[in-house]
Amino acid sequence: MRVVLAEDLFLLRDGLVRLLEAHDFEIAAAVETGPELSRALAELEPDVAVVDVRLPPTLTDEGLQCALEARRRRPGLPVLVLSQHVEQLYARELLADGSGGVGYLLKDRVFDAEQFVDAVRRVAAGGTAMDPQVIQQLLSRRAAVDRPLERLTPRELEVLELMAQGRTNAAIAAKLVVTERAIAKHTANIFAKLSLEVSDDDNRRVLAVLAYLDRGH
Amino acid sequence: MDIETKSGDRRPATDRTRTMAQSALRGLAVALVSLPGSVLCFCLTLVSLALVPIGIGIVTTPYVLTGVRMFADWRRVLAAEWGGVRIQRAYRPLPKDANPWARTFGMLRDPATWRDFLWLPVDMTLGFVTALLAFALALYPLEGFVIAAGLWRVWDGGTYWYGFVPVSDQTTALYAAALGAVLLVAAHWLTPFLLRAHFRLTDAILGSHQIELAERVRVLTETRRDAVDASAAELRRIERDLHDGAQARLVAMGMDLGTIEALLEKDPAKARELLARARRSSADALTELRELVRGIHPPVLAERGLGDAVRALALRLPLPVETDVDLPGRADAPVESAAYFAVSEILTNAVKHSGAERIWIDLHHADGRLRVSVTDDGKGGAVIGAGSGLAGVERRLGTFDGVLAVSSPAGGPTMVTVEIPCALS
Repeated sequence: MRVVLAEDLFLLRDGLVRLLEAHDFEIAAAVETGPELSRALAELEPDVAVVDVRLPPTLTDEGLQCALEARRRRPGLPVLVLSQHVEQLYARELLADGSGGVGYLLKDRVFDAEQFVDAVRRVAAGGTAMDPQVIQQLLSRRAAVDRPLERLTPRELEVLELMAQGRTNAAIAAKLVVTERAIAKHTANIFAKLSLEVSDDDNRRVLAVLAYLDRGH
Repeated sequence: MDIETKSGDRRPATDRTRTMAQSALRGLAVALVSLPGSVLCFCLTLVSLALVPIGIGIVTTPYVLTGVRMFADWRRVLAAEWGGVRIQRAYRPLPKDANPWARTFGMLRDPATWRDFLWLPVDMTLGFVTALLAFALALYPLEGFVIAAGLWRVWDGGTYWYGFVPVSDQTTALYAAALGAVLLVAAHWLTPFLLRAHFRLTDAILGSHQIELAERVRVLTETRRDAVDASAAELRRIERDLHDGAQARLVAMGMDLGTIEALLEKDPAKARELLARARRSSADALTELRELVRGIHPPVLAERGLGDAVRALALRLPLPVETDVDLPGRADAPVESAAYFAVSEILTNAVKHSGAERIWIDLHHADGRLRVSVTDDGKGGAVIGAGSGLAGVERRLGTFDGVLAVSSPAGGPTMVTVEIPCALS
């Protein structure tokens, strides 16, 4: 799997290259500025891009803008955005085109190599990887105005949270130490209580949940 | 002046006519007094000053200058009452028991004395003309009407010029009346305008702007002290947070790593446990640093500017917030930061105390001012001070000449407005 990596801090870039190579990813390019990233994304056609939000030369949200621009030109181009902080505002922009293949994680998540690599693979496969912090913010905000959300049991809320992060039923089952069938039952209940359309496609399901949580704001 | 003119435009015609007549009469009064008054004052001052070398001037000058000041004071009163123009008075106080010598030279050293002296010739010329013109402009149209009514017959055979109209018979006399009517309409606006122009002219030369300067210095001193205090307190807080938080965690992590190194062979299970703890410590340290950074300069603010930073802030609140941003550019970083933290504090306040269910934020830039208003549908009763946090906001805004206004009647709604003068780039 070919990865384009954009990160301006040498130590982090180097660490990410090592981490990804150790997990059998091929690093097509590891760049440090926005313009370089744009060029790499256009020319190398990677399977997934791992991008830091803040990149030179402007040191503003150049990385995010490059990623969004690349996705406009090639819809569905898998992009995993990393940042020192997460903002719902950015998450919403990334999810706006509704085509999936989007990740948005705190840089801290790299600490857990397995989970991070899993997130990269998920995004590359057109799935979603949203940082737990984003989901928690969305949930607490939604909970303040939302009646249907109140009808969920604590367990269902837990499942909803993990689902919104982009995890598959199997991963949720492993995390909560229950069977996959139990999770399938929970998700069916959640979808019924929130009046969401049931879909067999995992990615579509996640996007529906995220759209629900972010609705009306 | 602009405000008065605008409100004047909306008044009915009779009111406007009365204002014109009043302004005309006042112009006449001012003109009648200002010419002889200022000529007299000017001449007396000149003579008195000329007599200083031979001693007589030492005695007379204080009296003459006091007279000039009384004349100027009287004009100040007129300017305030008739023109709405406040002319500042800033004569230096003189000791009561000073001898004539000290009084004369004390007064001559006062810049206000020389402003008076400079004003007199202007008042007797330009000042006189503007005041008299205010009167003449209101009167002249009447002559046009009188000519049309039959006065033209007086110059039987000859030609009388009314404005640019040569009057020689009834027809041309009617032209004169028409011109008079046009002039009369114009006079409705021009007469009050001229009178105000007269007072503004007086203010421009006579007014001391030192009082305003002194006030400005006082405000600057105060806000500078607040700014220095606030930034010192902020640095102390950051130091303490780093010391007790991230720094302590890194020390603990380093210790754990040392122990792990020693345990690696002896007790791998224990080492693994410590390793997990070290990783948790590093994650906690990062979380704390992130919070700290958010408190110093929020990353979104650096990356996107004020508009999106406020939007991101709104998205973090546990209640629906409508955000309306209209900023065509970016303000200076310190202004953005001040505005951001003001909004943040106001929002925190609203969420904590108001019991609101909705909040509206409006952020825009107009007339060289950044204006943010935060409205909530809570129970109202918010005040600046009383530990509401708004007092702190007000103080910090002071550094930027920003102002904070709170409208919060009991029962709500509450609207807090922040205005900071600034330019966008």
